[in-house]
Amino acid sequence: MTTRWFGERVHRREDARLLRGAGRFTDDVGEQALEGCFVRSPYAHARVLTVDASAARRHPGVHAVYTARDLPFGERDLPLLIPHPALTHGRTQRCLAGSTVRYAGEAVAFVVADNRYVAEDAADLVEVEYEPLPVVWPLEAAAEARALVHDDVPGNVAAELTQESGDVDRALASASHRRRFRFRYERGAAAPLEARATWARWDAHEGRLTMYDSTQSPTSIRGGLAVLFGLPESSVEVIAPDVGGGFGPKIMLFYPDEILVPFAAMRLRRPVKWTEDRREHFTAVNHERGQVHEVEVGHDAAGRLLALDVDFINDAGAYTPYGIILPIITAGQIPGPYRVPSYRVRFRDLYTNATPTSPYRGAGRPHACFVMERTLDAIAADLGLAREEVRRRNLIQADQFPYEVGVAWQDGNRVVYDSGDYPGLLDKALNQLGPRPAGDHIGMGLGMYVEGTGVGPYEGAHVQVLVGGKVIASTALPTQGQAHATVFAQLVADQLGVAPDDVTVTTGDTRRFQWGVGTFASRAAVVAGNAMAVAAGMVAEKAKRIAAEHLEVDEADLELVGGQVRVKGSPDRGLPLAAVAVLSNPVRYAFGGGTEAATQFAPRPRPGPPLPAGEQPGLEATGYFSPTGSAWASGCHAAWVRVDPRTLRLEILRYVVVHDCGRVINPTVLEGQIQGGVAQGIGGAFYERLAYDAEAQLRNASFMEFLMPYATEIPDVVIDHQETPSPLNPLGVKGAGEAGVIPVGAVIASAIEEALGVSITEMPLSPLRLFELTRPPA
Amino acid sequence: MKPSPFRYHAPGSLEEAVGLLASLEDSKVLAGGQSLVPLLNFRLARPAHLVDINRLPGLDRIYERDGGVAVQALVRQADALRSATLGRLCPLVPEALQHVAHQVIRNRGTVVGSIAHADPAAELPAVLLALEGEVVARGPGGERRIAAGDFFRGVLESALEPDEIATEAWFPAFTGPHGLREESRRHGDYAMAGAVRAGARLALFGVAPTPVTADPKDPARDLQPSGDIEATPEFRKHLVAVLTQDLFAA
Amino acid sequence: MIRVNGADRPLPEDPRILLSDHLRHGLGLTGTHVGCEHGVCGCCTVLLGGRPVRACLLLAVQLDGQEVTTIEGLAPDAATLHPIQQAFHECHALQCGFCTPGFLLAVKGLLDDHPDPTKSEIQEGISGNLCRCTGYANIRRAVRRAADLSRGAR
Repeated sequence: MTTRWFGERVHRREDARLLRGAGRFTDDVGEQALEGCFVRSPYAHARVLTVDASAARRHPGVHAVYTARDLPFGERDLPLLIPHPALTHGRTQRCLAGSTVRYAGEAVAFVVADNRYVAEDAADLVEVEYEPLPVVWPLEAAAEARALVHDDVPGNVAAELTQESGDVDRALASASHRRRFRFRYERGAAAPLEARATWARWDAHEGRLTMYDSTQSPTSIRGGLAVLFGLPESSVEVIAPDVGGGFGPKIMLFYPDEILVPFAAMRLRRPVKWTEDRREHFTAVNHERGQVHEVEVGHDAAGRLLALDVDFINDAGAYTPYGIILPIITAGQIPGPYRVPSYRVRFRDLYTNATPTSPYRGAGRPHACFVMERTLDAIAADLGLAREEVRRRNLIQADQFPYEVGVAWQDGNRVVYDSGDYPGLLDKALNQLGPRPAGDHIGMGLGMYVEGTGVGPYEGAHVQVLVGGKVIASTALPTQGQAHATVFAQLVADQLGVAPDDVTVTTGDTRRFQWGVGTFASRAAVVAGNAMAVAAGMVAEKAKRIAAEHLEVDEADLELVGGQVRVKGSPDRGLPLAAVAVLSNPVRYAFGGGTEAATQFAPRPRPGPPLPAGEQPGLEATGYFSPTGSAWASGCHAAWVRVDPRTLRLEILRYVVVHDCGRVINPTVLEGQIQGGVAQGIGGAFYERLAYDAEAQLRNASFMEFLMPYATEIPDVVIDHQETPSPLNPLGVKGAGEAGVIPVGAVIASAIEEALGVSITEMPLSPLRLFELTRPPA
Repeated sequence: MKPSPFRYHAPGSLEEAVGLLASLEDSKVLAGGQSLVPLLNFRLARPAHLVDINRLPGLDRIYERDGGVAVQALVRQADALRSATLGRLCPLVPEALQHVAHQVIRNRGTVVGSIAHADPAAELPAVLLALEGEVVARGPGGERRIAAGDFFRGVLESALEPDEIATEAWFPAFTGPHGLREESRRHGDYAMAGAVRAGARLALFGVAPTPVTADPKDPARDLQPSGDIEATPEFRKHLVAVLTQDLFAA
Repeated sequence: MIRVNGADRPLPEDPRILLSDHLRHGLGLTGTHVGCEHGVCGCCTVLLGGRPVRACLLLAVQLDGQEVTTIEGLAPDAATLHPIQQAFHECHALQCGFCTPGFLLAVKGLLDDHPDPTKSEIQEGISGNLCRCTGYANIRRAVRRAADLSRGAR
């Protein structure tokens, strides 16, 4: 039996129940819960004059209708999660709108009824009188500030931050070549197939609140609710059960339901649930993307970057619950894998009367990548150089690590790349891409990126060997399809010399593990993975210590293999791990199952107390990993596409990804993440659009008109790997969750530009947009 | 998104169904449901009564008559797609059906239902028009036949009276040069623009409030398509020219 | 009564209850998932008379006397997976699992019609189901593998 699971294509442990339809998603929890439904503002900006819920309250089957007035915390703003000194005018919404609504979809009232059908009937009866106000939309209008989203935020500016490294003005002035660009990246939506859902039960006897929430951070929900409701954290349990896709918007908290559902459960003394429907998901759940960049680049005749000056505005939406993480990430990631001797980036985070924004897979990096990659393509075109050649001339070289970029990173530190081989990625990608296919209107797309992953502050893990020999492990961060139960089992199995099938992993349940941060920013494998290895390593050490005593050998002579703790070179001399688990707990009573070996009359290996000072019973340990800095993954995407010149339809002929996430724990899982990310990227580049009208009303809030790609629109991606281990964590891993999506917009733009011979400076695209670009008005 | 309340009726005979439509204020016919139920779920349609015709006996046949093929009200699109009779006598219809949504929708959606729904971006109404077929309607006063040219009145508006049920669509037999081309964003989506050829006749869909006939040599003439988020009027006219060119190239 | 996975089950009183909701909350069969309620995403796909249909576009009361198979009825027993399920597992064709039951039943319909499907038939057969996690490549491979397994391959 092999004992090395790291790097193996282990089949997933979690599949059986999901394949059988026996998964447990939040809406599956049931238990005769009452069901909620929101009344939401149809206006993007309006005063709320009156809310009359009397008819709704009288409707049969209705248990409660809450408005802001009915809530003890109704006047309290929801938390601003990530404050920052530059965020001088941060604003958050209330649970239910008070006097003003600032985006279409903002919650105004919450109905609780016997079921969703009745709740919707009652919601129809809630009468709200609005006085429409001038709408701030689109993003450029926010900058002009003829109207304000918040009366007390001048210019709609939530935050402004400028950073510089080197001397941009001097470098630009002395550059032989200068170009200016304007890039526009429209907002987009993650659209997981499971919309959001919350379920809560209040046990009055035990004073315990239990919540199931389709969230990417149960620990944060738990902490926040404990504070809000004045409960000890130990009385609040939050579980993220099976979750049908996260992709970012489920890390946003608090959504109003995350407070109203438990509140209603406590008030009504009945379990209460709320399951979002698809239409409201489009406006109620945070969006992302939405930036406009003014860029000036200075370079030399060989295409080497001398200076990059970027000034961009970021669409915050109506509120800033997630602070300014997104524009900070964009600002930090624009230089990408390239040397930019002088770099200045200024951003303004602007309010608009639209759904607030917070991270969606990529989280500010797709825009950053678009800016840099399009700039390099333009330089190549200007100088008559191949696009890959311009990149080669600017890439950070393999011997330049650690590489300091000179701007701030999202963890409060500076951007410092730990390891990588960027030229290697480019060469591999071009090699895999192969020669230009025959035919007309064909273009090559190319995009390189880096990605800061594995951000802290920490994650933890608990690992325990049970007396039956099976192993359980848990960590606080939850799962939305990334195979944590398999990947973490591999890491634990390696430390303990068992098989992944012997390890059962629980994630995202505060009852099992209560300290953690969440699943986002491509951090789970790095941070929780390393915590798993730490905890399992501690268990292995303890197992050796106990076994050494009983076998009367040196700990250093022992190894964990095949479920045994045995003497190296003498495989017959050893103890089953299960037996060690028994021995780790000196008990008075025997319950069978081998515990007889640990009782007080069984022979003991040494004098002293049965449980030595400083020891704990059980073969278990809790360990943590806290990174000093992000581990920087990187990659190169390349593609051949064809654009039909008559229908402007896009056909992707070949799409290649060469990806470096350091050491790879499970290549199959990794490749699945990349293929899925590329699909989301293609969707966001050419099919999906949030179509707002001038009144900031979303016109296509359904899957019929928000066009997520089907299988027919997504090709098989050719995936290759490169591994530059991270020196920043013991496993040498880097994150991978977002890699598939980051450069896709840039790649598609680059390819279409060549295929059609038009300049592309925006995202998303569509046949209509290409038609307009290729046929300028007379 | 759940439907608002309604009374549900499942008549056992066509007479009973027609009687219900005549006597009930604000009622809608439920056949395949693939177009109607989404509207109910969105609460964009809130009929007081639903008359479910799926149990009506003897309305699920495809048969030859009068030099053509009759497709009755309860024939599922998936079955019409496989029909040997249609394949032999009027292959344009099965060909068009391949473009209608996805197989899962076709398993339940009906041919007649799609025609009666009169969505201007749908394929089957344009096919009926190109072939100069007809719709058979049954009302309290009896049966009448409505020619395709008279059937489509506007967006989602047909010549059916509120108390009439479309019981059959009739397609003239046609095996000459034919085809359907459409341009949609994703596979199976409603078309931004579409064109149907039956010999020298051309019908367009997605570019006017109803399917319209057009001159193959100048198909966009007199067209005033609407604009939406995926296609402007100008783009639609451009696509019409491209699709027509492809259809008549062979 | 409606026959679900071979057993007679009651219908709801309220005619507007969608089949998807009746299965999930009336009958406790939560394997059928709800992603959009307008027939586009395919998460709610079940078999009606053996053919894949959207449960969110059917009223439960319409199915009096009819036969529905949900995902819970696909595997032959608690110890064995259906070849399509086995293939999805082997090919890593699921991640979060939310779209999976809908895909499995759509694929069942596809393979019943085309036991040895071409690439184009596979693409057509799965083209009505959305997946946001996998990017479809492994699902295509899984359908091929399922066809082979169903025809006795090892």
